[in-house]
Amino acid sequence: MRIECPHCGERDRREFYYVGDAVALARPAPDAGPDAWDDYLHNRDNPAGDTNDLWYHEGGCGAWIVVSRNTVTHAVHRTKLAQKAAS
Amino acid sequence: MARLIALGAFGDLLPLQVGDVTCTEVVRETLFSVAPYRGQQKAVSAGLKTQLGLTLPAVGRRRAAGDVICQWIGHDAWIVSAPVTLDGLAAVTDQSDGYATLEITGASVEAVLARLVPLDLRSATFKVNHTARSLLGHLPVSITRTGPQAFEVMVMRSMAASLVHDLQEAMTGVAARGSA
Repeated sequence: MRIECPHCGERDRREFYYVGDAVALARPAPDAGPDAWDDYLHNRDNPAGDTNDLWYHEGGCGAWIVVSRNTVTHAVHRTKLAQKAAS
Repeated sequence: MARLIALGAFGDLLPLQVGDVTCTEVVRETLFSVAPYRGQQKAVSAGLKTQLGLTLPAVGRRRAAGDVICQWIGHDAWIVSAPVTLDGLAAVTDQSDGYATLEITGASVEAVLARLVPLDLRSATFKVNHTARSLLGHLPVSITRTGPQAFEVMVMRSMAASLVHDLQEAMTGVAARGSA
């Protein structure tokens, strides 16, 4: 699998560390209630299909990247700096 | 006060020559990482221009003014080889003893690095003053082309001996094959 880093270009998967669902970028408000926080902290879907993950380019520039990919076909659709996706 | 003896990061591991490839230590006594605060990149660039006579290079590039270099080192971060004052504009951190740098030169240098680095470092795509973060074997490194047959490899200082070990193995393998 090859992942396109917005800084470094297309790189081998071994340079990246998988961090988890990009839901981590959508932090609920402090007073959003226990259900919203439970979802944010613990509950993850396990889709067969399109998914948005956070990856860390640890063997490269050190950027956090949101990778949109398909877990069935292994296609990587697009990548974006987490910094830009979150703001 | 005690007089301390300055030692290079590589000790007596360098210089090292195998076949037509040579590694030598590059000594830069001061190194500072510069990480501009959000939205301050232009101001940081202007500050460097005033203080050092060079601006921030683009992603994947190095710039030099005399002996002073400014090199992209990662996401929103650069490294400069001279002290700078950028209060309120950037996080500036002393890295002088943090990195070990060597220069690897020779006719077969690309063949040696091709055994270790998963990047196309040939001169058609990776030109002088191009720099990249990647892996050399298992080591995270910063690689910069400094000449037609010369590269600089920067690694965290604690990994200096591992870097020389990996390079020596690849240099021996390439030399054993004869011409590259």
